[in-house]
Amino acid sequence: MRLEAYPRAAERGVPWDRLRGVLSRVDLLLVVLLIMGVLTALQPEFFLTRENLTNVARQISSNAILALGQFVVVATAGIDLSVGSVMGLCMTVLALLVKAGWPAWASLPAAILLGAAVGAANGLALTRLHLPHPFIATLATLNVARGVTYLLSGGVPISGLTPEVRWLGSADLVLLEGTRFATALPVSFLVVVALYAVGTVFMRRTRTGRHIYAVGGSPRAAQYAGLPVGRLLVLVYVLCGTLAGVAGVLLAGRVNSAYPTAGLGAELDSIAAVIIGGASFFGGRGTPGGVFLGAVIMGLVRNGLNLMNVSVFWQQVLIGVIILLAVYVDVLRRRAAQAEL
Amino acid sequence: MSAPPWLVEMRGIEKRFGPVSALRSVDFAVRRGEVVGLVGDNGAGKSTLMKVLTGVYRPDAGEIWFDGRRVQFHSPQDSRRLGIEMVYQDLGLAENLDTVANLFLGREITRRVGPWRLLDERTMERHARDHLAGLRVELPSLRTPVEQLSGGQRQAVAIARATAFAAKLVIMDEPTASLAVTEAGKVLELIRRLKEQGVAVVLISHRLQDVLDVADRIVVLNRGRVAGVLDGRGARMEDVVALIVGGAA
Repeated sequence: MRLEAYPRAAERGVPWDRLRGVLSRVDLLLVVLLIMGVLTALQPEFFLTRENLTNVARQISSNAILALGQFVVVATAGIDLSVGSVMGLCMTVLALLVKAGWPAWASLPAAILLGAAVGAANGLALTRLHLPHPFIATLATLNVARGVTYLLSGGVPISGLTPEVRWLGSADLVLLEGTRFATALPVSFLVVVALYAVGTVFMRRTRTGRHIYAVGGSPRAAQYAGLPVGRLLVLVYVLCGTLAGVAGVLLAGRVNSAYPTAGLGAELDSIAAVIIGGASFFGGRGTPGGVFLGAVIMGLVRNGLNLMNVSVFWQQVLIGVIILLAVYVDVLRRRAAQAEL
Repeated sequence: MSAPPWLVEMRGIEKRFGPVSALRSVDFAVRRGEVVGLVGDNGAGKSTLMKVLTGVYRPDAGEIWFDGRRVQFHSPQDSRRLGIEMVYQDLGLAENLDTVANLFLGREITRRVGPWRLLDERTMERHARDHLAGLRVELPSLRTPVEQLSGGQRQAVAIARATAFAAKLVIMDEPTASLAVTEAGKVLELIRRLKEQGVAVVLISHRLQDVLDVADRIVVLNRGRVAGVLDGRGARMEDVVALIVGGAA
């Protein structure tokens, strides 16, 4: 505890704090590099190949997008359990619309808008029906959306989408074509990067993003400041549902099918990425960049274990251990910061 | 008749909660740039009176005049628009945000960047720095989350936040209650500085010595009534205490 009330060095504090903010991101980046190093050493002929890395980028797309939406909700100290079901519902509806002859320019936005609508229902259930915790509203939606998905699809996959609809999820964009640096990047990964770029600007550089952090950090402070807390809460669930719709569209494109079990358990993966990425369940903490790295870490671990032929059951165990470690490291870091005072 | 010296005049304020009369015909007034101590036992009606003044509660009877005009507040936003700010006992800061973000929370400055309107951090930080310098508040950094500041520093940030936008009256609820002696002293200094700048202050406090130190007048509430009004200079602790506990036996 400091005795002097207002220590000096008001000016010099700023760059150091920025540096510390960057550093906490850097340790996630180090983890990513460490995992990549280990995998390169263990699987030299497979891991660092263009095909494999492209594959990883494609595989993490859906979870990364779900995690971005989940993060915006978690930033308000909320949770959205329905994202996996909403993703599945949007896929099925997309496939049905395509089968009904809707063109891509109509069916894709329609499927994504459906996600937004379900998100709005979540937000309104929380703010208007005054359900005690978003856990409950979104748990209800998880079941409703999954049930409707089974009803609409009759419980069977709907396969064979048009190439235009699949483009977002399956196409590659070739950069620097014709040169020896030509690289094929999955369109879905570019969508992820674009969404995270917009998400970062939104959360860190706009009034609304600032207010979302404030609601999560202290609902009372937000209320005292006259922020539209109810509207902000509805907004975050709408954003989360919309992104679940986008994730569904990408996954449908990648697998060329809408299967009724799509996204089963995906809400837990998205939550895991958010937590590994440094966000706090108590709200108001974390950044989109950190969450992105959280999703990348999960993708790399899965990929590496696949390459080494480790069973998916062990993969699940390992993901659990990583969640525990990530949160424990955060606890240690916060305790260190407290001790500094 | 609202003669100009009064910034705020509350007349005959009544407030009932069911069968309980929280305020009974209370008159309360504050001059421009005056520091008024508002004291009384728990349940005497201090917080209720201030919640009526800030628009959290609507009075069952009585009038509120501000700046020579009759006003009716339906929400804290209404009173804030006229320059009445409240510093709550829990400070009402977003602990996860930095000082600049807290000072401007809900009133952020933005600039246009293409189709976006983005936070103008540089301008907000400059204004924050100037404002804090004007109050002679020094902080280790304007960019650390306020949860990393000391109790006194956080109190200073909350007061700075309340006065950042042309406040005419700042109500402080127990600003020194949880502070060490040196830090409490800094807060009292801050109150004097606000007074110098022409800002009126209502100080709700159980620490009577603090009130005696800075208040121009002391209003004592006792079970929903005004038990007495004392001149801050020359008021003695015993007199204040007698009014606070008067009739309790």
